[in-house]
Amino acid sequence: MTITGIAAIGAGLAAIGAGMGIGRIGGSAMDAMARQPEIQGKIQTSALILAAFVEAVALFGVVAALIV
Amino acid sequence: MTLNTFKSVFFSALFMATSFGGYASENQENENDKEFNAKEMIMHHVKDAHEFHILDWNGKPISIALPIILWTDQGLVTFMSSEFHHDDSGSHIVEKDGLRFVKYHEKIYQLDANAQAVAFDAEHHPTNASKPADFSITKNVFMMWVSVIVLLLVFISTARVYKKSSTKIPTGIAGFMEPLIVFVRDEIAKPMIGDHKYKKYMPYLLTVFFFIWLNNIFGLIPIVNGANVSGNIAFTLTLAVFTFLVTNFSGNKNYWKHIFWMPGVPVPMKIFLMPIEIVGMFVKPISLMIRLFANITAGHIIILALMSLIFIFETTWVSPVSVAFSLFIGLIEIVVVAIQAYIFTVLSALYIGMATEEAHH
Repeated sequence: MTITGIAAIGAGLAAIGAGMGIGRIGGSAMDAMARQPEIQGKIQTSALILAAFVEAVALFGVVAALIV
Repeated sequence: MTLNTFKSVFFSALFMATSFGGYASENQENENDKEFNAKEMIMHHVKDAHEFHILDWNGKPISIALPIILWTDQGLVTFMSSEFHHDDSGSHIVEKDGLRFVKYHEKIYQLDANAQAVAFDAEHHPTNASKPADFSITKNVFMMWVSVIVLLLVFISTARVYKKSSTKIPTGIAGFMEPLIVFVRDEIAKPMIGDHKYKKYMPYLLTVFFFIWLNNIFGLIPIVNGANVSGNIAFTLTLAVFTFLVTNFSGNKNYWKHIFWMPGVPVPMKIFLMPIEIVGMFVKPISLMIRLFANITAGHIIILALMSLIFIFETTWVSPVSVAFSLFIGLIEIVVVAIQAYIFTVLSALYIGMATEEAHH
């Protein structure tokens, strides 16, 4: 297997991790909104920010794969 | 969503998707003898360039020539990029002031005497040419100036509305801009920085928000989509450095104390935490930089890759699938460009808020 192939697998693994993370954030945010619809706006804001943090880790993986 | 907004969003996305297809097919036509290389086409599209290539018409490229400004050993040399005659393989030599230049893969090399073409050694350093400092007005710089002019026009006319009206009721363009500006104030600046200190940082946050958003939107417009301004790492680096400087120059005693001598923990822990906090100080702007760069570049790459599928499979039967998918991705991108501008601004505000926070005890 070439180094590019390994890099592609690494990028895929990073995507799996980010998918799990964002999925959990989304699920919990939906739960919280269903329980307390009155603070929906606040939950949405923090969910977006947290998703950005999780996504950044996956993007580090993608950039590393691109550089290789 | 009203029917009208839906219509306009739908048709702009349709227009976008079809134009991407048009671009790809022109590329293919031009390189009929060569095998279609999706990676090359996409990378050419995503990268910065010295001329503004719009499309190929009957095999002839139509493009806007941009000025090339070089700083060589003999001083400043300027000429228009049209003098290269769309050559990017380093074979067309331009002579200016006794110096000879070639363009190879969007980099400009100054040939030594007697050299006819640029040659490279194993580590890709040129052996018979040197690289002059390049201050050219490239495609990205050009597009950035366009968005600066648009922002100036929009905001100056908005300000004029408030100056003229005695009632302070927004009319015309101000009616469109006011909700956006109030959104940045009430949803970003106030909750992240605090009600007392947010005013000082509003100009910075508004500038960052609208500048990134507008550049992201320009990246989605088909004719100018070659200019991938906010998907350029130098552009996002500059914005992240601004956030870094604003954060650290507005940092109070409390902020620096938390970095160098964390209060409320034992002394060995204080020593252990100091390097982590110092690294964290730099990781924050770096993650801002990578996030914006990677998100916008990934969007461009996905749409172009879907369109390349037609040419990879060499059949038109794939085109409904790739058009439908790139339409879908294009619609998502309209949301993503706004969210990325929002995220960058929110996180900048969050970091500034952390730096200006007062001690709790």
